[in-house]
Amino acid sequence: MLRLARYLKEYKLESALAPLFKLLEATFELLVPIVIARIIDIGIAGGDSNYIIKMGVLLVTLAVIGLTSAIIAQYFSAKAATGFGTKLRDDLFAHILGFSHAEIDVLGRDTLVTRVTNDSDQVQNGINRFFRLVLRSPFIVAGAFIMSFNIDPRMSMIALTVIAVLAITVALIMSKSIRLYRNVQKKLDRVLGKTGENLTGIRVIRAFSKESSEVAEYENATKDLYNDQVLVGDISALLNPLTYVVVNLGIVAILKAGAVQVNIGNLTTGQVVALINYMSQILVELVKFANLIILLSKASACAKRINEIFDIKCSLKGGSKELDLSDCNGDIITFENVGFAYPKAKEEALSDISLSIKKGETIGIIGGTGSGKSSLINLIPRFYDINRGSIKLAGKDIKEYSLDSIRKNVALVEQKSRLFRGNIRDNLLWGNENADDGELFEAAQTAQAMDVINSKERRLDSEVAMYGNNFSGGQKQRLSIARSLVKKAGILILDDSSSALDYATDSKLRKAIRQIKDITTIIVSQRIVSIKNADRIVVLDDGKIVGIGNHEELLENNPIYREIYNSQVMS
Amino acid sequence: MKNNKNTLKRILNLLSPYKLKTVISLLLAVIIVLTTLYLPILTGRAVDTIVSKGNVDFIKLSDIVIMMVIMMAVTAASQWCMTAINNGVAYHMVRDIRNQAFRKLMKLPISYVDSNSHGEIINKVINDVDQFSEGLLMGFAQFFTGALTIVLTVIILFTINVYVTLVVLLVTPLAVLVAGFIAKNTYKYFKSQSERRAKMTGIVDEMIAGLSTVKNFTMEDRVETKFKEADEALREAGQNAIFISATAFPATRFVNALVYAGVAVAGALLSITGRMSVGQLASVLSYATQYTKPFNEISGVVTELQNSFACAARVFALIDEEEILPDKDPNNYLKDVDGNVEVTHVYFSYDKSKKLIEDLNLDVKAGQRIAIVGPTGSGKSTIINLLMRFYDVDSGSIKIEGKDINDITRKSIRENFGMVLQETWLKNASVRDNIAFGKPDASLEDVKRAAKEAYADSFIKRLPDGYDTIVSEGGENLSAGQRQLLCIARIMLEIPPMLILDEATSSIDTMTEARISKAFDKMMIGRTSFVVAHRLSTIRNADMILVLKDGHIIEQGNHKELMDMKGFYYELNNAV
Repeated sequence: MLRLARYLKEYKLESALAPLFKLLEATFELLVPIVIARIIDIGIAGGDSNYIIKMGVLLVTLAVIGLTSAIIAQYFSAKAATGFGTKLRDDLFAHILGFSHAEIDVLGRDTLVTRVTNDSDQVQNGINRFFRLVLRSPFIVAGAFIMSFNIDPRMSMIALTVIAVLAITVALIMSKSIRLYRNVQKKLDRVLGKTGENLTGIRVIRAFSKESSEVAEYENATKDLYNDQVLVGDISALLNPLTYVVVNLGIVAILKAGAVQVNIGNLTTGQVVALINYMSQILVELVKFANLIILLSKASACAKRINEIFDIKCSLKGGSKELDLSDCNGDIITFENVGFAYPKAKEEALSDISLSIKKGETIGIIGGTGSGKSSLINLIPRFYDINRGSIKLAGKDIKEYSLDSIRKNVALVEQKSRLFRGNIRDNLLWGNENADDGELFEAAQTAQAMDVINSKERRLDSEVAMYGNNFSGGQKQRLSIARSLVKKAGILILDDSSSALDYATDSKLRKAIRQIKDITTIIVSQRIVSIKNADRIVVLDDGKIVGIGNHEELLENNPIYREIYNSQVMS
Repeated sequence: MKNNKNTLKRILNLLSPYKLKTVISLLLAVIIVLTTLYLPILTGRAVDTIVSKGNVDFIKLSDIVIMMVIMMAVTAASQWCMTAINNGVAYHMVRDIRNQAFRKLMKLPISYVDSNSHGEIINKVINDVDQFSEGLLMGFAQFFTGALTIVLTVIILFTINVYVTLVVLLVTPLAVLVAGFIAKNTYKYFKSQSERRAKMTGIVDEMIAGLSTVKNFTMEDRVETKFKEADEALREAGQNAIFISATAFPATRFVNALVYAGVAVAGALLSITGRMSVGQLASVLSYATQYTKPFNEISGVVTELQNSFACAARVFALIDEEEILPDKDPNNYLKDVDGNVEVTHVYFSYDKSKKLIEDLNLDVKAGQRIAIVGPTGSGKSTIINLLMRFYDVDSGSIKIEGKDINDITRKSIRENFGMVLQETWLKNASVRDNIAFGKPDASLEDVKRAAKEAYADSFIKRLPDGYDTIVSEGGENLSAGQRQLLCIARIMLEIPPMLILDEATSSIDTMTEARISKAFDKMMIGRTSFVVAHRLSTIRNADMILVLKDGHIIEQGNHKELMDMKGFYYELNNAV
């Protein structure tokens, strides 16, 4: 958690003032019992009503000052904590944006989202509460103790004992119940898992008529959960009664001992009342402090999760050369004995891949899912680094070029089309932010996306919902192809990106792409129709190239190609 | 409002098994409030025994102290008992409702599960139930004790001194006003905060999910700027929301301090004239310190109660969903099935305003193979849904061995079909339990034999714990092909006379795919089978091909007949 303190740098003043004003508030609160003691000992004992009214005014003044300092403290605390949270999120998000595919695959996308949103929120909450209570609670506990020490050192020992007993009680109950609570969470996850499992498996469960045994299993899981919940509930229910007993026993002790002291004239009645008041203040603050500790331990767990992300550095470093495909004639992409395994995977996803692609060529790649098609083309924009062999672009090793210049020259249309919230124009401009509407329409024309744009009333200004959810799969695919064409890159890769288009549109699209000058096209598809007209077709199976040739050659010589051909006829 | 009334009625119904416990809990609450409030009076009396030097009534003091200790013990014990009872009731109620909801899920028509988001259903069964019971019981307990405390405090204050009480009552409206004002403003700012947070989270969700696209278009810098703008907007709203809500406590503390000062002055002045003792002043003051606390709690509880009512209404809506009709005659079983299926004039559609299957007629003789073909989304699974009676036909009839499937028990229809779907589903249990899913008493030998038949034995043996390996939730520790083989083994254990098979289109390596089709072929021998088919060989060898398009059966016949028709099937064949 301390590591993240750097995000408070801009809020040094606020971070210092917030606890200080809380301290001020606490100080005035501590004065109240003294004032009451004086009202009793001087005002009532002396029958001085003026004094009593004066003290009353003093009490109100103390309250006003207390309120003012509390509000100031809350303001600074809120400002520093939210400022901290914002800076932290900004930095974390920027850090994640710097990750390569390798890091993202290993970490998983969901957890990254949770860390930017939930975890950073928890830390922000922790900081906010910390500012407000870190000085206040210990100060009031210590202050109340010192005040009672001032009244009578021996009597204050009672307070000290109470503090110690309370601290131990609270710590014991909390540590026990936190541990038990983890069990409850596990059991709850089980119930949750079973609920989900039965929804997805509803057909199989009914097909086997297993409804009643599933109910029995479920009821066992909820019974387990119930038992654990009751156990943890019973234990944490001890907290309030026990603290209540401890504090009130302290008050009883003060009364007993105080009576003796008053009797021999060492104490006044007002002082005994003050001692009792301090005891109550100690109780309230100790409970708050215990809560702060719980919150902080949660926040520090979250801080740890955030730091884990900060500790991961991007494994991909680009080179310094700028890739320029216009000078290149001949082999534009060359794979030499490439071996590639995904991070943490046991086996290679691609082995011994050797392939040269000439400028202007159209290459088709086919193979079952899991055969390595997507892996292969993801290496071309250098989304991943290979483990063996080499990849060359325009004759030079891919690692010599800057990542930006590679990705500006390679337009990869992903399998899953992703549009982003905004309008159609915003989305198309991703390809090139300086493109004018004419260029956008030209790209849309080629991508067969003009229908999509024209079907919307506001054309390029039409709204795109989150994830592009207001478009159908086929519309999204065409728009994302258009977006890639706006790039005007020399290498165009379609990763099974026309799967939702009907045969006619798909074929028009391929024809239109062929019209683009100087473009090298790689088409990955599960459908033979989409690739059968390519100059050359690469057949992949289990991460290896098992055949290269045109449609007729492969149909004749390649059993796997033939099998795919036979199996795919209908779908 | 009427809905709330209904919800309330049902909540009371749910509580009825715990009537005694609820009553005890309420009694305990009364005891707690009384003893807690009595303690300051005792403290006051104790202070009154301590007057000045040489003027202390030790005998009376020790009597009072003993009384105090007893009160404390009673309070503490009642507090623990009450919380334990409340927890017990709340958790038990959660369990009851969850079980009830789950039993309901088992009886709902499949259409409910198909047409509602699973996330939402899970949310109802898990989160809504939790929030409802916690919010309701804890909230009610707090509300009850809070209100009781306020009323009793005022009564006790009256018995001690009327004037002091009037001072307290005068400040009460202020407490209510302040609590209300802050709550209102907090709500406003929290709303704006949550809107902006949703926007920020939206960007994170969208961009992290689409990170590969971001990198593909080298948009990192612009995305970062966009995020920072949204984040900054959130900071502004968040700062206000946190600040305003954080003023609630100091503000009520301030009101409390005013009550306290007023009571102190009034009480002290009364003491001078002897109308009140110092001890009474001490008790009155200790009431004053705690006076505004219940107000805070009650205003918090009201929103919580509203929320838990909303949750309860959602859960009840699920529990009230219409169940499938019970079997017409629970004793009407299918016996000695050979596999003759007769479909006559069947009409069916999911959305009754859109026609789907119209006048479907099929006469399938025992042992025949029916291939169902058509593009994705053409409704191939609808046929499966009707045969298995996952959905009921709108009109017409489906007969197995001459018996209408609407007249026999669902169990006996389903027992006679072996089903392997493309979306493989396995339980979060061991491999062995998964294979023995339909026959839990099967021996390990039987399970192994079935696995061998399904060509699954070799990979199962290589799993970390062999047949005892636990299939993880969602089956992520197995490949798609392995999952499919396990689903086949599940059927192989005891192959029913009729089969429903769904050929995989993708995501399986060629080796495994070959195994799967070998296993399929083996199962189909001598059995009536309905196959959602993609493989040319399966289709060509079928006795009957159903060609679907947009949910309609547009052509039916064998390969040769269909090719001769030169229709859609013919086109599909020539597309490659």
